Amino acid sequence: MNDTGPVTILQANDLRKAYGRIQAVDGLSFAVQKGECFGLLGPNGAGKTTTIQMLYGYTPRDSGELRLFDLDIDRDIRTIKRRIGICQQEDSLDPDLSVRLNLVGYARYFSISRAEAARRADELLKFFALEGRADDNVRILSGGLKRRLMLARALVNRPDLLILDEPTTGLDPQSRQLLWERLAELKEQGLTILLTTHYMEEAARLCDRLVIVDHGHILVEGNPAALVRERVGHSVLEIAEPDDAVRAFLQAEQCKVEDLGKRLLVHLDDGDDLFLRLTREVRAEGCTLRPASLEDLFLKLTGRELRE
Amino acid sequence: MNWPSPSRFSFRVFRVWQRNFEIYRQNWKISFLPPLVEPMLYILAFGLGLAVMVGEIPLGERLVPYTTFIAPALVSVAIMYNSFFETTYNSFVRMYYQKTFDALLATPLNLEEIILGEILWAATKSVIAATLMGVVISLFGLFEFPGALLLVPLAVLGGLLFASIGMICTALVPGIEMFNLPIFLGITPMFLFSGTFFPLQNLPGWAQGVAQLLPLTHLVALVRGCALQLWSGWYWLSLLYLAVAVAILLPLAIALMVRRIIH
Repeated sequence: MNDTGPVTILQANDLRKAYGRIQAVDGLSFAVQKGECFGLLGPNGAGKTTTIQMLYGYTPRDSGELRLFDLDIDRDIRTIKRRIGICQQEDSLDPDLSVRLNLVGYARYFSISRAEAARRADELLKFFALEGRADDNVRILSGGLKRRLMLARALVNRPDLLILDEPTTGLDPQSRQLLWERLAELKEQGLTILLTTHYMEEAARLCDRLVIVDHGHILVEGNPAALVRERVGHSVLEIAEPDDAVRAFLQAEQCKVEDLGKRLLVHLDDGDDLFLRLTREVRAEGCTLRPASLEDLFLKLTGRELRE
Repeated sequence: MNWPSPSRFSFRVFRVWQRNFEIYRQNWKISFLPPLVEPMLYILAFGLGLAVMVGEIPLGERLVPYTTFIAPALVSVAIMYNSFFETTYNSFVRMYYQKTFDALLATPLNLEEIILGEILWAATKSVIAATLMGVVISLFGLFEFPGALLLVPLAVLGGLLFASIGMICTALVPGIEMFNLPIFLGITPMFLFSGTFFPLQNLPGWAQGVAQLLPLTHLVALVRGCALQLWSGWYWLSLLYLAVAVAILLPLAIALMVRRIIH
């Protein structure tokens, strides 16, 4: 490893895990570099949480190699766990303890001294705007506050890698915005982040690189904006209630059309020329032109049918 | 299922114990009440109400009043209840509803340490209860010293045993309501038929044999022997029974919990 090249924080090679006949993780390989935010995207049941659980020894792998900080997880899991912060999907706060004691108590598991734990707790409470609630019981906190506290708790050991499993699922827009701001700030401070989500806006906003996973394997990998440009195009033309004239026009133009019955999606590679001609020459109502998004890519790759 | 290897354990076991202890300390005024009040209720009810009808009970070469006979059994039952209920209902709530074990697994702790910490904590609760009850009962003049001081190590041993039994139940039940099964099939019969409220000799021969298999029988015998200073060679066998049971069931409880949670 040289000084200028990227430092690999996490290296996963060909991870596999089956539950009975279901292959939850099916040959997953990816690497997270120091200082980046790496996204693990996929629909429900894609194997995201199982993969995260492998990272802290909760779920044993059937096969595959997992290295963090250049240490083998089977040999050095304790050292590894001292250096990672994990924010699980489900609330696992201690309901018998106050907000502050949740942080101070958790620090003890990392063998952090009581004085240092108190200092860090104060710092984190402030960072996540929880100072006013420090002595409240966790039971009475709202979902958004709990999530902030979960995230604060994951940072109490000053981790070199922060692992977030769907950090904003079920939150209101205000809480979500606040969390995103804080995560962006942490990233700026140089923290490496591994994030799972099925919110495309979240991934597009936070992730430097991401993989889209389905049925336990990777469909695509790269920078979100670049992936959208490559795989979907520049913009998307949406046409509601298309009639025959519209369909004929699009056919003549040899467009890539995704037909959803009551709605047509046309992926456009450059400019708004086609959109202008369509709205001028055929019909204007129900036609919208919008930038292509990660959501377009996600649906294109993982399909539109419902999961679970 | 794998037997837990000693290399899996570190001082971190104590951190789990500490977590439970601190929460207990937050509510110590309420937690202290049952072991203080319960023996008084029993002694009043049995001592005033029942003892006069029962008369004296032959114990070794002595005749003891009925209240004296049951006082050590009350401590033994408290040792069983405190640890068994801690590792069944309370541990199950922490494991399943509060996700406490999930949270701890994300730290340098491993699951074997978490479970051992839970069992040690449950045994500690038995010791606290036995000590508090012992003090109250001693105030009534029903225990003899220094023999009664041995109740503390006996509470450790009994606490570990019933905590392990409870943890085995937790590892096996599908849901929290299923704890009723081991309670009415195991705990309640033990409460009644382990030489607690009447001498085992009153039972028919076959039932005496069955009672000898129950762990509470041996704990009651030892606690009574120590608290009333009745020494007998048989106590060594009871002690051996409890020690061997702990040596087998404690690692088994950890192994079963690992099998339940990690897969």
